[in-house]
Amino acid sequence: MYSRTYKTLVAVPPLLWVAIFLLLPYALMFAHSFWLVRDAFLIHQWNLQNYRALFTNPLYFQVFLRTARIAASVTLCSLVLGYPLAYYLSFHTGPRKELLYQLVIIPLWVSYLVRGYAWKTILGTDGVLNGFLQYLHITREPVSFFLYSPFAVILMLTHIYTPFVFLPIYAALEHIPRPLVEASQDLGASRRATFLRVILPLSIPGLLAGATFAFVLSLGDFLAPLLVGGPSATMIANIVQSLFGAAYDWPLGAAISVCILLITVSLLFATERLENRWSFK
Amino acid sequence: MSVAGAISPQNAPGSSAPLLEIRDIAKRFGHAEVLKKISLQIASGEFLTLLGESGSGKTTLLRLIAGFEQPTSGQIWMSSGRLDTLPPYRRRVNTVFQNYALFPHLSVHENVAYGLRVKSTPRDEIAARVEDALGMVKMRDFAEARPATLSGGQQQRIALARALINRPELLLLDEPLSALDANLRKQMQSELKTLQREIGIAFLFVTHDQDEAMALSDRIALLRNGALEQVASPREIYSHPATAYAAQFIGQTNLLRGEVRGGSATCGAIRICPVTGLDGPATFSLRPEAIKGALDATIGTPYMTFKATIRQQIYAGATELLEVDCDGQLLRVRVPAGESLHGEHQFIFSPRDAVRIRD
Amino acid sequence: MTFTKSTSRPTVLAAYSVLVFAFIYLPIVVLILYSFNRDGVGGFPPVHFTLDWYRQLFSDLAIWDSVINSLVVAGASVALSLTLGLLAALALDRSNFPGKPLFRRLVLLPLILPGIITGLSLLMFAVFAGIQLSLFTVFLGHGSALISVATTEIFAGLQKLDRAQEEASLDLGATPWQTFWRVTLPNLKLSLIAAGLLIFTLSMDEIAVTFFLIGRDNTLPLEIWGRLRRGITPEINAISALIFSVSVALIVVWYRLRARSMSSVPRKLVETS
Repeated sequence: MYSRTYKTLVAVPPLLWVAIFLLLPYALMFAHSFWLVRDAFLIHQWNLQNYRALFTNPLYFQVFLRTARIAASVTLCSLVLGYPLAYYLSFHTGPRKELLYQLVIIPLWVSYLVRGYAWKTILGTDGVLNGFLQYLHITREPVSFFLYSPFAVILMLTHIYTPFVFLPIYAALEHIPRPLVEASQDLGASRRATFLRVILPLSIPGLLAGATFAFVLSLGDFLAPLLVGGPSATMIANIVQSLFGAAYDWPLGAAISVCILLITVSLLFATERLENRWSFK
Repeated sequence: MSVAGAISPQNAPGSSAPLLEIRDIAKRFGHAEVLKKISLQIASGEFLTLLGESGSGKTTLLRLIAGFEQPTSGQIWMSSGRLDTLPPYRRRVNTVFQNYALFPHLSVHENVAYGLRVKSTPRDEIAARVEDALGMVKMRDFAEARPATLSGGQQQRIALARALINRPELLLLDEPLSALDANLRKQMQSELKTLQREIGIAFLFVTHDQDEAMALSDRIALLRNGALEQVASPREIYSHPATAYAAQFIGQTNLLRGEVRGGSATCGAIRICPVTGLDGPATFSLRPEAIKGALDATIGTPYMTFKATIRQQIYAGATELLEVDCDGQLLRVRVPAGESLHGEHQFIFSPRDAVRIRD
Repeated sequence: MTFTKSTSRPTVLAAYSVLVFAFIYLPIVVLILYSFNRDGVGGFPPVHFTLDWYRQLFSDLAIWDSVINSLVVAGASVALSLTLGLLAALALDRSNFPGKPLFRRLVLLPLILPGIITGLSLLMFAVFAGIQLSLFTVFLGHGSALISVATTEIFAGLQKLDRAQEEASLDLGATPWQTFWRVTLPNLKLSLIAAGLLIFTLSMDEIAVTFFLIGRDNTLPLEIWGRLRRGITPEINAISALIFSVSVALIVVWYRLRARSMSSVPRKLVETS
């Protein structure tokens, strides 16, 4: 039905744009990772020095491990908060389901900065939480570990990503035909058994999608540590950021970025395979 | 080892105590009264069909028995125990769902075994009983397949096996054949009937198809707008419909309205004598096949006769349906297929075939 | 409904859900509350109500300059992303070309990649191409990254489109170009508006990619970020509260539009009836 001119006309502009402004930049970053910086000058000399440094210098590994731990904690907490909420909304709310769903989704799209800042004001030594605890005479002095710690980063990122995790899980749960739940109970399975045997397995694709999203984005986050993390919570993306800033070593920064990119892509690939294995019509 | 072992002594076919008793069940959804004080009994081993149009409440009643809805008022009793207070997973009732509701993430074997797995039945017993159940529905070769790869008819059999393996006291079937094409449907009806006879479990079958109900049931419960119109065997309902609705829903009929006086009735140009019951206005149901051409000698005395003009002749293979005009009153007559007929003819029928009904 | 609603209510689950809800909303509520607090951010309870911080905000020229910058970038990004996203969605829906799966993944990649990666790679590109960092580079970054959002929304809208309508148009003598303007585009109206709203909101809020592409002129999030480095003032609470309110309003509108476009009868349903 569509002529060849139509089809080419339609495909070429976005293809071109994506090639120039997405593919090329990623390629450039890839190229940079093989170059060097000497005396504050970028030298286009192909080598593996950056990657060697990454794998030999324990500092990078430590930071990366911490980042992975934080990302994993965020993912886990988001799941623990998001899944039951999605389940409750999908199976136990009646006419108000749509409204409640909107209420959960809306914060999702509201400024990251606003939400991060909110935690900054709450967790500080002069913050709202400390003020609240002192007001109730639960503590006498401000507690300092709330802010500027990995705890604060995990807390903030969990807050950010719980709705992200909720979304695909809720969608997957909504897709489960209700007769399946009835059939399970009809055959003698209690509500708990029905959840474990029918609902949970069928919701796995949504669960994986949400978890991947939360993990990958937390992994590459550099704003949260700057806002609420402090030096003890420096994450791998902060190192990259400083390498592109004051510490001026673009090739090294590019190398780390490439690693993050590769990890992200392989994680996405792996979960896509898993999701396909676990999706049933 | 066969499922026939499900018959327990108390519920052997023919025993007098009813298996399931529905007492004054009413169900309201918001302002809509879907079921209006229904009382019904199901005997063990019987094949009872809930027949009705959509919106008649038949599916709601089924779901109440299965446990997916709670009655607004009334009680359901099963074998001397109260049923409606139990959750679905504790009722000795199993359901075959309209779209089968097979678990897509489990194989056929796992689907069928589900009810047993949930009760922690030992593995070898599960294996034997699944084998048995699959054999009963002739699906033994499909044990490792996934439901998505099966046809509609095959899925239906698996759904049946999955329910029956649990040896329920009552099997509920929610329009299980409606998604199948006509030929497959006929075949499955026959298989279902045979199966039910073999295993002796009571079946409560829901359908809107009156042919299906007539073919399968020991008794039919005709539902209309949430109330029971008539409960009787297919033969009884057909030959002695209680109301005009029953007469017209099941099979075709002619409704003759008239006046009864002194043991005989006058309905337009047609006279019926003798009739029973009180004087006054009355309606009679007269089936098309009960009316014959005047030259047909099979009707004995007494017989009623009337003259009518043939307006239409609809051929149907073995028979023909004649639409005739008797002095302004339109009737349908079913006769064996013969040559083309025109004009005015004499028709006869036996007064016993004119059933007096509530309108 | 199913049995679950009849005899036993899952009260533990319900209570837990309420707690999660509270967790999601409480920080923002606190933030907005304290924007009205005379004694600044922190401490408890906030007793003295004032609008001073909002007054201070409204006379803060630097903030409003950055708002205008953000609006310009957002507007331009919407235009770019919608155009390219529309074409990309059409291409994905109707043509087959070599590298189509790769293209699809590439278009969707910025959605899932951490912003720093996209931002840095575009920075390197800017340096490579000799483009100076400014609002223009920010616009390039937003526009490119948000094509994915437009493509996804419009593609979903295309799925709902009844192909037979376009065939009817051609049958009645309209050229493909005319068909596009008279039939296809009007049917996509809701998807386009919804996508536009979403892109606008995301662009206004964007930090990670913007961080590396910003020049002399700040966007609103970057302006706020800069001030945060200097210290917390309730004025930031005030602007945050405003951002939150406007975003919520836009998202609600977006959601309603999306629901309306989804409620139209999907193509498949029409074919089988």
